[in-house]
Amino acid sequence: MFRFCMKMDTRFTFVGQTLTARPSGALWWAAAGVLAVADLHFGRSERLARRGGTLLPPYDTAETLARLTREVRALAPRTIVCLGDSFDDLAAANGLDAAARATVSDLAAGRRWIWVAGNHDPADPGFGGEAVETFHAGPLCFRHIAARQPAAGEVSGHYHPKLGVPTRAGHIRRPCFLWDGQRIVLPAFGTYTGGLSARDPALRALFPDGAEAILTGRRTVSVPVGLHQSA
Amino acid sequence: MTLPPRFQDWFAARGWSPHRHQLALLARRSAPATLLIAPTGGGKTLAGFLPTLVDLAAAPHEGMHTLYISPLKALAADIRRNLGTPVADLGLDIRVEDRTGDTPNSARQRQRADPPEILLTTPESLALLLSYEDAPRIFAGLRRVVVDEIHALAESKRGDQLLLGLARLEKLCPGLSRVGLSATVDDPPALAEYLAPAPGACEIIMADPGPGPDIRLLDTAEPPPWAGSGGRYAAAEILDEIRAADTTLVFINTRATAEIFFQELWAHNSEALPIALHHGSLSREARAKVEAAMVAGELKAIVCTGSLDLGIDWGNVDLVIQVGAPRNVKRLVQRIGRAGHQYDTPSRALLVPGNRFEVIECRAALEAVRAGDLDRSARGPGPLDLLCQHILLTACAGPFQAEALFDEVRSAGPYRSLDRETFDRCIEFCATGGYALRAYDRWQRLRAVDGAWTLRDPRTARNLRMNIGTIVASETLSVRMRGRGKPLGEVEESFAATLVPGDTFLIGGQTVRYEGLREMTLEVSKQPSKQPKIAVFGGYRMATTLELARRVTAILGDPARWRELPGHTAEWLDLQRGLSQLPRTGGLLTEAFWRGDRAYLCIYSFAGRNANQTLGLLLTRRMEVLRLDPVGFVANDYALLIWGLKLVDDPEPLFVAEDLREDLETWLAENAVMKRTFRASALIAGLIERNLPGKRKTGRQATFSSDILYDTLRKYDPDHLMLKITRTEAARGLVDFDRIEEMLARTDRQHVVTRHVTPFAAPLMLEMGRVPIQGVAEDHALEEEAARMMAEEGLSETGTK
Repeated sequence: MFRFCMKMDTRFTFVGQTLTARPSGALWWAAAGVLAVADLHFGRSERLARRGGTLLPPYDTAETLARLTREVRALAPRTIVCLGDSFDDLAAANGLDAAARATVSDLAAGRRWIWVAGNHDPADPGFGGEAVETFHAGPLCFRHIAARQPAAGEVSGHYHPKLGVPTRAGHIRRPCFLWDGQRIVLPAFGTYTGGLSARDPALRALFPDGAEAILTGRRTVSVPVGLHQSA
Repeated sequence: MTLPPRFQDWFAARGWSPHRHQLALLARRSAPATLLIAPTGGGKTLAGFLPTLVDLAAAPHEGMHTLYISPLKALAADIRRNLGTPVADLGLDIRVEDRTGDTPNSARQRQRADPPEILLTTPESLALLLSYEDAPRIFAGLRRVVVDEIHALAESKRGDQLLLGLARLEKLCPGLSRVGLSATVDDPPALAEYLAPAPGACEIIMADPGPGPDIRLLDTAEPPPWAGSGGRYAAAEILDEIRAADTTLVFINTRATAEIFFQELWAHNSEALPIALHHGSLSREARAKVEAAMVAGELKAIVCTGSLDLGIDWGNVDLVIQVGAPRNVKRLVQRIGRAGHQYDTPSRALLVPGNRFEVIECRAALEAVRAGDLDRSARGPGPLDLLCQHILLTACAGPFQAEALFDEVRSAGPYRSLDRETFDRCIEFCATGGYALRAYDRWQRLRAVDGAWTLRDPRTARNLRMNIGTIVASETLSVRMRGRGKPLGEVEESFAATLVPGDTFLIGGQTVRYEGLREMTLEVSKQPSKQPKIAVFGGYRMATTLELARRVTAILGDPARWRELPGHTAEWLDLQRGLSQLPRTGGLLTEAFWRGDRAYLCIYSFAGRNANQTLGLLLTRRMEVLRLDPVGFVANDYALLIWGLKLVDDPEPLFVAEDLREDLETWLAENAVMKRTFRASALIAGLIERNLPGKRKTGRQATFSSDILYDTLRKYDPDHLMLKITRTEAARGLVDFDRIEEMLARTDRQHVVTRHVTPFAAPLMLEMGRVPIQGVAEDHALEEEAARMMAEEGLSETGTK
């Protein structure tokens, strides 16, 4: 099983730590036993329905949890860090059904669970665990939105980065990690989430010297996002 | 009834006498439904309105008298101008107004408060009017509905939407009389049944068809190329024809080829003959300018796509040139009808094949036109995604009883065989989403109060109305000149995503340089010289009809008939015979070759586009299993072309019928065609909302792909109504397994590995409508590209890996 995973994911060294970008879009820090996921957006369809929008299939939370469960089973983390926007809003947190609550409790049993605050869920969602603005562990700092001034060792979410690559099999677009020596931006882990191009000015501003993108999917693939490429 | 004296005088004063079919419609003016079939220039529109004018001349009318519906906004505006003449001449004190998406808000408000005697509109605008609470008042007094170009409306869901609207009107205004005006069609009784309130009869009036067309292939000095469809090789000769004629319409099948051909034509146009370009991706301003110039008689020719298939009668058009294979004989006949609008002169038309293969198709089409053999188009039952939209819009107008709405819907021709259970599922979908999981009370759009369905939140009516319509375009971005430039048109988002600043492309007949993206608009500057990329425009790809394809294979399979073909085409067939083989009757020819870094496999099934598309989905799935790394495929009516990363030396393992049949259900559900169909149906049914211009933001994190919804539903709710609808809608484009079985049964297999593209395969290389496989080959190609990019940046593979 482990050998199989090695072929599918990407390991890299960041501020002296060995990290693994998982094909699922989760970040695994094996030495510290930390699993980080960004932008789960639990309750997305419920919030849209409540606000009089369209009635999307109410299975997004279950699907996101199923994928998170697979990662937790495979890696057995000591700590799970959710990098903000874990809930589509705080009412969605309250509105989560019993099955979803039970799954979260099961997953949290016997380990630390950190809810980093996001713009969608600025307050403690009331699901147990620790609710924080930022979470520090060794040289790493986990927050929702990347700080304007680069801080070495920052891990964040929020932007849902995606990258398109022209290949001989056509133009392939995938959610991706973006990183340089200073910071990492994670792709969104939630089921009903879209993406922002890694070449968008908002993301380029975070990586003034270019970044490496690690595309997710069946397996991870690294490509440079250079300065010469533009939106 | 006979024509009142006042009208007889009016005809006489203009030196006209009424056509037989005009009088026939007048005689049937209170019949519930009548279908008139008449060629262009046959005074069809006047026939439709004559009973209205006679009525209104006899006595004043309170409220709206006649509703006219056309597929084109431009047509509504044109009819308004044309009706002005008889209304003024006859001294009628009535208002004739059009109402479309372009009508100013103030005028629309007034039209709702005080409807004109004659209102001219489109199916979408009618659906919008019917969704208002005051619809009964707006339409009070309505006597007649005239549906123009009904043959065109009936080809798409727009027609189904219109018929649902008419069923509603029939309820509001019992005794309504409806008239359909149609060009020549293959099956008039089917169209009559579609138009009439079900179950009811509808008389068909056939106008005198006029003289047959004068139609031939254009002779060119240079033979058509092997591949391509743009007709560039014939530009000089086409220009000669344009010069000699009074006014010419040049039809080209796709927007991209229209752009290229237009440029080529102007490269030869040293005298600067006024020739314009018209297609659906150009900005509204640009199109309106061309139409106005045409009306004013300022143009010598227009190069256009299907955008001018219908529309304003330009009496001065005396030549129609079809560039590229006609694909569809009925459409060709209707296009030819756009020339020679004098009823009694034959239409003059020229066919210009785009490549050698199309020479044969053009020849086959000529035969079919002369034989009057129009292709048949089968209509399925009314689509359920549209029914869901109709239910939601009905709720916008006010509370409704399910029973009454069911009866009303079944009185629309396309829905006459709808069953109650299916209807109830649609109601359930509209009300709660129709999900198997029913834990949430928040999933409610409609709720039942005292047995009547009503909107849970009346404020949602606005969003529902914004979503009206059945035309689902691919996502496009508008293009404008940098700075304060005017809009030029639009390109598909997928094309825009591949552009890097400095890239050039063609739009609106000019080459422009991509500068950057600004608020979802592509900013460009002028760049006349550089070789442009070809922009991908939305637009519709017409399939060759089965009847036409059969005529083509008959010619191909009979070398004795090659003498009827131009010499260059017979030689081309000989060349195919030398380099590869010719397909034997009842056999199956396949070819494999490399081109660039892709390996191609070409299968000449001659089984029609639908069967080939189905086969493409099946074979590429087999290729995935056999690790042949397929990347994509494209199907036309004659053949299937698959490309991938590995050459297929031996296709036999692909054609094992048991393997192909295995897991058919999974295959059917997973492919890109289904996901595309799902998106369209989900938009129409209101499961997802359209990204309207102006409503869209630059940050796209908020919107996500409908593919995700499709996958989620398949996993958690496989019996959901939207998946049933997707399967039904996709089946309209795919074909049953029988034709595939028939092809697999052909044991006379011919497989040739060639050194390069063969004469037969060449046209396929440029075929549109490619389907991506999204399989393992993507990962392989992505890794290759990633390694190259990393090396280029002086990086090795990431980190410590």
